[in-house]
Parts: sequence; structure tokens; C-alpha cells
Amino acid sequence: MIGNIVKKEFKELFVLSTIIPIVVIAIVYGSVGNMIGNVQETMKEKPVIGIVDMDDGNFSDIAMSVLTERAEVIYDGSDVEEGLEELRGKNGVALLAIPENFSQNIYANQPGEIEIDWIMRGVGMMDSISSGTVEGLIQSVNQEISKTLIQQDSSSDPALVLNPTKRIETTFFKGKEIEGISPSTLANMLMSQSIVIPIVVMMLIIMAGSSVIASMGLEKENKTLETLLTLPVRRSHIVIGKMVGSALVGLIMAAIYMIGFSRYMSSFQFSDINLADFGLALGMQDYLLVGISLFTALLAGLSLCIVLGTFAKNYRSAQALIFPITALALISAFIVMFKDFDTIPPILRVLVFVIPFTHPMMAMRALMLDNYPLVIGGIAYTAVFTVIMIVIAVRIFNSDRLLTGSVRRRAALGKLVWGLRR
Amino acid sequence: MKAVEVRELVKDYGNFRALNGISFEVNEGEIFGLIGPNGAGKTTALRVVATLLQITSGLITVFGYELPKEAGEVRKIISYLPEEAGAYKNLRGKEYLNFIAKFFGEGEKFQNMVQRGLEIANLGERINDKVDTYSKGMTRRLLVGRALMVNPRLAILDEPTSGLDVVNAQEVRRIINSAVEAGVAVLLSSHNMLEVELLCHRIALINDGIIVASGTAEELKKEYDARNIEEAFVKAIK
Repeated sequence: MIGNIVKKEFKELFVLSTIIPIVVIAIVYGSVGNMIGNVQETMKEKPVIGIVDMDDGNFSDIAMSVLTERAEVIYDGSDVEEGLEELRGKNGVALLAIPENFSQNIYANQPGEIEIDWIMRGVGMMDSISSGTVEGLIQSVNQEISKTLIQQDSSSDPALVLNPTKRIETTFFKGKEIEGISPSTLANMLMSQSIVIPIVVMMLIIMAGSSVIASMGLEKENKTLETLLTLPVRRSHIVIGKMVGSALVGLIMAAIYMIGFSRYMSSFQFSDINLADFGLALGMQDYLLVGISLFTALLAGLSLCIVLGTFAKNYRSAQALIFPITALALISAFIVMFKDFDTIPPILRVLVFVIPFTHPMMAMRALMLDNYPLVIGGIAYTAVFTVIMIVIAVRIFNSDRLLTGSVRRRAALGKLVWGLRR
Repeated sequence: MKAVEVRELVKDYGNFRALNGISFEVNEGEIFGLIGPNGAGKTTALRVVATLLQITSGLITVFGYELPKEAGEVRKIISYLPEEAGAYKNLRGKEYLNFIAKFFGEGEKFQNMVQRGLEIANLGERINDKVDTYSKGMTRRLLVGRALMVNPRLAILDEPTSGLDVVNAQEVRRIINSAVEAGVAVLLSSHNMLEVELLCHRIALINDGIIVASGTAEELKKEYDARNIEEAFVKAIK
């Protein structure tokens, strides 16, 4: 008896429409994971650096020995500019220059300066792994120098023994030269752009998207769709009306969600540094572009949801149809959190660009770095995407499909099953 | 002018032919009934006239407007009540009538429509309750009110009394008759042949997508030497 019920339940639930989205999403997740790469492997890799030693003293020798042993040194010369060029061409992370008097200063109880020119390529969580490894190397250099100081001279200042070097940092990032800051600090400063914004956009798309798909499912379940379609109103107005209504509901729901989430996020103090001090602040026109990007992406998401919603047979099937939207929003958010658009492989870059939700997630960060073509291109793409989806939705609303489903496909499937049975 | 003219209407769903060249006319101020068993093609015919489905071939005009070319104009003068239709459950009865009336008029015209809808639905104080709390009969009365309050020139009613008890069914029939007295043309479908005999001025018997006979109830009974329409139908499809 139980077996009979289990069999019936399985047959009812294990249908193509529920399996296909899961399979597609599993494939997409797997592919994205492979393309992004493995954090552990990245951490194990030796960082690619350049060294300029102008001191040639005892302590600079210690530093050189630690660095050459634990990093892949592709430049070891005397010209900083030449070293930077070499690093830029070979995916290097940083050029460490040890100036004259480095050892002498330490002997004189003053910290030895290490000039670090960082080459930063992205601000995603995974983009700062290599620079983190270099920071670890500098820590090792400090430890080795401390050991030597303790062994050689017990009269050294304890504060110096603990911190024998001082970093003078400059970060080169997408054409900007940002002084006095390391890539990891910069990444922390941009953490709100990297985490909070993708989550806000993701929640907005999911909330508003589920509203519009549920609305389509309810229209069918409550048998109100037929009446709606015979009213003297254009099909395009029905589509746009549903989108705008759902956008408002989504905005309210996302706002409520974000009140709680922002309180939660405020408990993590990422940085006290003001972005404007480093030329990373946004102007009014930038905020306008961010707003337009968010608005077009929301419309794009909703128009896609309307098209998906036409496949809903009832409220229950509508819930299953939100899954692809959730998955796409999640993929976008994770990619933007972990990687920068410029540091992901080209195929993934295409995928990121094609998913309309990614654009507002990247917009603020891109505008801080004056990457206007990416933001404006994204707005143009999402606008075109929205128009295409609305046209498709209106065509579906004008066809029999909305009321009858795909009879032709069902007939073809029926024929196939009949043929297989024979 | 004819309210509806249907000529050689064919409607296919993929490889399945639901309507196979049917023709009929509905006159102004007339109740015309399409009757037949389940799956005969009644609902498909009504949906096509209501601009919901595309035509495979044939010609349809509603008060001179041709479908699908002038579907927008047709929607302004028709009102369609689907079988087992529902209303938005989170709206109150009156809010639902307001929502529909706004598509058809503004100001005084809108107010008059809603007032007419309230009178037809006749739900008393319950009109201010959410649709979700209504019984099937109450929902149907609300929907009939919605369909007729907009003063359509043609009301298309699919199984208008389906699933209703005797009292509610009689009330709905009374409402339809009074709408026709006010000049509305009605195209309805039913598989309740007794009801159709009571309600319709003319009838078409439809089976397997083909109209097998049409005329007044008396004409059909005479033609097939039958005591009622049900018997006439059985004889017609043999």
C-alpha cells in the first residue's frame, strides 16, 4: 500500500520540468567552480614577485634569501620601473624594493623601509589571495630579521625587534596609483561593494521575480487569466503592469530584508578609511548610472520571469519556475563576490555579462575605477534584453500557449512515446 | 447587424482538430446556445469568439469587427464568463468590480457600472468581504455581475450555471434573461440541455467539432421527432 503511494508521489514529482532546471544549474555551478579555480591551490602557489635590492647589507640579504626561497622571483635588478613592466607582463603581484641604508637603519634602532609596489588586478575575495601570500612573506622576513637581531645584539629596542621593517606601499590598480595602501586593505575598503551590493541585488531579483511568477501561477490557478485577457487592455500593458506591480512588491520586500541585513553587516567593521581620500568616491552621475543599471536589471529579471511565468500551470509549478532565476542571481552574486570581472576567464566573463543581474552588482565598483564602458555597455545590454523578453512575453500572451500550453510539443512527445512503446 | 457571424471556423490544437468548419450566427437581443457533450468543442468556439484563441481558418465577425484583425475593438464590446472562472482572492467583492469597471469607463460611467454590478451580484454586506471567503454560488453571482455590469453588446457565457445549486442556477438564469431584455446578445454553452431549452432562443447542437443541427428548440424537437432537446441531440448524432 505504502509502495503504491510512494510510486504515485514519485511519478507526480519526478517530472522533466523539475529535473531539467536542477541538471542545468548543477552543470553551470560545476563549470563556474572549475573556471574560477581552487582557493587552496591558489594559496599553495608561489607568488610572482620582483626584487630590487639597493642596500646589499646583512638584513637585506636575509630578506632576499627568504623571498627567493618562498616566491617566484621574475625580476631581480636595480630599476623599479623596469621591474614593474616585467611584472605586469608576467602576472606578477608585487615589486619589493629594499632601499640603501636598510640594514644600517635597523642597526640604528630604526625600522628598515621596504618599498612595495603592488600590482592589483581585481578586488574580489579570491583576487587578493596572492597579495596576502606576499604579506605573509614579509612577515617571514620580519621574523628572520628579529631572530638575527636577538642573536646578535641583545640591546636592541624591543619594539624594533618585534617590527624591524616598515612598509611603504603603493598599489597600482586599473590605471590608478593609490599610495599608502595594500591590495588587501583596498579589498576590505571595497567589501561593501563586493558583498552587500550583490546580496541586495540578488534579493531584489529573487523577491520581485518570485512575485511576478507567482502572480502568473495564481492567475491560472484562480482561473482569472481568461477574464483578464478578454478585457479591453493591450497585452503589452498587462505584461508591463505585472512587471511594475511585482517590482514594487519586490522593492518593499527587499527593503525589509535589507534593514535586517544591513544591521547584521554593520557589526563587521571593514575599514575606517575614506574611499574619497584615494580617488575612489562616486559622483552624482555615477550614482545615477548605478540607479539606471539596477532599474534595467530589475526590469530584465522581471521580463524574464514573466516569460517563465507563462509556463506555470498553477501556484505550485510557479514556485519551481523561480529556481532558474534564483540560481542565476546566486551565480552572479558569487562570481562578483569572489572575482573581479577582469580576472575571470574569458568564457566566464561572457557568462557574467550575459546574466543581466550581474551588471548592477559590478556597477559601483566599476565606476569607482572609472570603468564606464562596462557599466554603460551593461545598461545597454540589459535594456535590449528587457525589450526582447517583453516582446517574447507579449507574443506568448497573444498566442494560444498561455491557455492551452504547447499542444504541438505534447503531440510530438506523445508520438515519440507511442513509437518507443511499439 | 448580426451580433456574431461564424463561417467555416476551423481550430486545430497541434494535430487535433477541435472545430471542423462550424458556422452559426447570433442575432442582437438573442440568446444563442451551443450545446453538446464534454469535449465537443463548445468552450473552444466560445474562446475563439472571445479573442482568446487564434483561428486556424474561417471567418468570425462580432458586430461587424473581424477577428483576429480587430480583436481590440471586439474586446471593448464583449464580456466573457469562463467556465469555473474565479476572482482575485485577496480582493474584496466590491474591489473586484471596481478593478474590472476601470477598464470600461471613468467617472459617472464607472460608478454606474459598479452599482449595476452590485445589484446583479446581490451579495448584500458580503460584497465588502474578501472573495476568498465566498461560496461557489456567491463567487459565480459576483462573476455574472462582473460580466454584465459593463453593458456588453455581446455576453459570452461558458456553462453559466455549472456547479450551482438549483436556487443559484435559477437566479443566474434570471439575470441573463433581464440582460437580454436590456438589449444584450448572449452566446452561451452548456451541456445541460434542459437549461438550454428553457433559456435559449436558438440552439446549435455540436459534437466532435461539428454542428450537427441548429434552430429553435421547437424546430429541433420537431425535426428529430423528439420529446426534448436531449432526445433530439441523441438522434442528431446517430
